[in-house]
Amino acid sequence: MSDVAAKVKEIIVEQLGVSADEVVDGAAFVEDLGADSLDLTELIMAMEEEFDLEIDDEQAQKIIKVQDAIAHIEKAVG
Amino acid sequence: MSDLPRVALVTGGSRGIGRKVAERLASDGFEVFLTYVSRPEEADKVVAAIEADGGKARAFRLDSGDRDAIAGFFRDEIKGKATLEVLVNNAGITRDGLMMRMKDEDWDTVLRINLTGCFAFLKEASKIMGKQRFGRIINITSIVGQMGNAGQANYCAAKAGLIGLTKSAARELAGRSITVNAVAPGFIQTDMTDQLPEAVVQSMLAQIPLNTLGQSEDIAAAVSFLAGPGAGYITGQVLGVNGGMYM
Repeated sequence: MSDVAAKVKEIIVEQLGVSADEVVDGAAFVEDLGADSLDLTELIMAMEEEFDLEIDDEQAQKIIKVQDAIAHIEKAVG
Repeated sequence: MSDLPRVALVTGGSRGIGRKVAERLASDGFEVFLTYVSRPEEADKVVAAIEADGGKARAFRLDSGDRDAIAGFFRDEIKGKATLEVLVNNAGITRDGLMMRMKDEDWDTVLRINLTGCFAFLKEASKIMGKQRFGRIINITSIVGQMGNAGQANYCAAKAGLIGLTKSAARELAGRSITVNAVAPGFIQTDMTDQLPEAVVQSMLAQIPLNTLGQSEDIAAAVSFLAGPGAGYITGQVLGVNGGMYM
């Protein structure tokens, strides 16, 4: 697992209050991890802060699963 | 919770209603952060009065019309340094005049300070309180935001807008155990009403079933209630404190 992936998963665990083994690449934030719209917004903001980047609303709406978040951040910081 | 100080932030806390709200919340046990713009000596007096009473308070010069300064204040003074339990959006100004002659600048300024300023504080506070999973937000609106008032189109629009903002924020933040309510004062005795001619005061009183002007302490008591443990199931409400003038 890349450093970015590890950090993203750590943020997800902290923000959503889920256990680390639930945060697999294919887990969907809403269906599998129980996030609501406020959780998603806070999650995006936490990632923006951690990686010092901006994720606009259009991009944010495409982040459905854990792997989407990791791919987006890796591309943005890569 | 954490061992950070339990802070109640009161905007416009150096004078009038804001001062009484600040003093009341300090006596309720909060460390009060109050903001002011023009009169540091008044703000210092409030801090001194609270400290003399055994409470804790700090005053910050912060213009409600300056969104960058507000964001900076939360970053430097609140985040990681305080548990922000209470926000009271109280700061406000008037620029009265009949609509057909109201200067665009007076419209813009009142909306910017009284409505956009509240939004800026709410936005920053919601980030902090969201992480805390707790918060009490009380917006000071006005009876004229509910009734309208000739000569105050700008002020009434801002105060009515604040009621809509209150209800939207209440819905958005309810999932984080953050309540958002408004207090709508009626005619409250202040320096401003003391200068009104007796005939004007009498005509006001004729519209008030309880037949007396309200006191700043009456507003402070309502804020204290909404900030306190007994009000946890109340959100999105407008509490009129107006002697029955508007029902």
